[in-house]
Amino acid sequence: MDMNSLTIRLIREDWGRILSSLVARIGDYALAEDSLQDAVVSALEVWPAKGVPRSPDAWLLTVAHRKALDRIRRGATIESKADELALWLTQHHDDPEDTELVIPDHRLELMYTCCHPALEEKSRVALTLRALGGLTTEEIARAFLDKPTAMAARLTRAKKKMSAAKIAFKLPEPEDIQLRTDGILRVIYVIFSEGCHASNGEMSRENLVNEAIRLARILCGLLPDHHEAKGLLALMLLSDSRRRARRGADGKFVPLEFQNRETWDHARIQEGVALTKAALQAGATGQYAIEAAISAVHAQASEFALTDWAQIVALYDLLYRQNPNPVLRLNQAVALSYVRGPEAGLALLSTIDGESKLQSYQPYHACRADLLARLGQREEAAEAYRRAIAISDAPEMADFLEQRLNAIETI
Amino acid sequence: MQFILLIYNAENNGPQPGTEEFGPYMQGYVDFTEEVKAAGKMLAGDALQSVTTATTVAVREGQVQMMDGPFAETKEQLGGFYILDCEDLDEALAYAAKIPDAALGRIEVRPIMMFD
Repeated sequence: MDMNSLTIRLIREDWGRILSSLVARIGDYALAEDSLQDAVVSALEVWPAKGVPRSPDAWLLTVAHRKALDRIRRGATIESKADELALWLTQHHDDPEDTELVIPDHRLELMYTCCHPALEEKSRVALTLRALGGLTTEEIARAFLDKPTAMAARLTRAKKKMSAAKIAFKLPEPEDIQLRTDGILRVIYVIFSEGCHASNGEMSRENLVNEAIRLARILCGLLPDHHEAKGLLALMLLSDSRRRARRGADGKFVPLEFQNRETWDHARIQEGVALTKAALQAGATGQYAIEAAISAVHAQASEFALTDWAQIVALYDLLYRQNPNPVLRLNQAVALSYVRGPEAGLALLSTIDGESKLQSYQPYHACRADLLARLGQREEAAEAYRRAIAISDAPEMADFLEQRLNAIETI
Repeated sequence: MQFILLIYNAENNGPQPGTEEFGPYMQGYVDFTEEVKAAGKMLAGDALQSVTTATTVAVREGQVQMMDGPFAETKEQLGGFYILDCEDLDEALAYAAKIPDAALGRIEVRPIMMFD
């Protein structure tokens, strides 16, 4: 690995921790981020020539302090407390070469700040990736298929609001903790979902999955007793364990039933199953933990036919009780059809077919088609497949459904 | 840091004077005002007369133009405000949620610009 990529990797690993510590000291997020960016530019100049310092994070923090002072002196910030801050920074002027200060970890405060509900959801996602993931604005823009200028403007707007509306850099009040932590989990899950929907294999988007898992790991480390955070991490690991198997050698979509289970990522499954158990045993009953449990049941079945479908049906009941969403019933109908036959699945589907939104939901028609085909009702099945194909937005999904349609038409 | 809490609601939405619910509703405002005063947060706060009393003024090419009515013809109108001295946005938002009309209309929370 060349010096530059080594430096960049070191910095990215430590970015969130250093940034959080810097914000905690100087109070102003935008100033902290700009100053740390300046320090990174210095590191890329100095380290290749003089070698990587003994503690790179302390070096970066110290240099970022100095850069913050420069920025204040140049009047690059209109913070009214600038004088006070400048004085503080002058008094805490360490030499980056011989410092070994312990960097306090304020990443949790940083997470709550970036995921503050007063910010727009997309901005929360972008800020979290920037501040804690250490992604550049360009990388975030690419991942969300946005123009870099639009993403930069969004981040600037969010940072301006943080400072002008005084979104405090602190842990939430005890009465708000639960809601605010749910907000962080949601941001991480949005990042994960964006990565999963990257259907055409764009690397920059698939990286979002890894980013989301990394953020969830950080959060679990910071909140070791938060069982829903464990549930979320487990859910993402288990779902991602099948990433490779979802695509055949020809690049086409492969549904769970036909996946080669040998190619599942067994390290992820092992970790995900252990986390799911830990979360459930500790009493987690939230959406992520239960979805993780469903995913764990699939992951532990050596073949599709050996899946413990009855347990999956029961878990969907739990989910549906918390959130009566027809999509959950749809998934439950599939599971039920393997326990009590396709008629039972269709009967459950008929309880939700009045939902107007489902008519434009491709998986609903695909599921009906499959159940009808298994019952031998070929004409109705073909009709349902055609409707599913007509509203598929992913070409590979349409291809897959087309194959199923051909299969029943040529019998 | 100063925040203004702008109270928006449709004028016919919520308890009307003369009804049984109006007393407890107004008491909610008395209690809230007491609470922010006791906490040392209250800088100002008032209710506004109905939008039917509003006049909008503009000066164009040196000419004063006047229009009967509010600036924007929307269903929800500015009905009152508080200016509070809060630690941070979280504190201002927590107070906003306690304003009786938060349950009926909406409260817009804006930091006040300080020139120093």
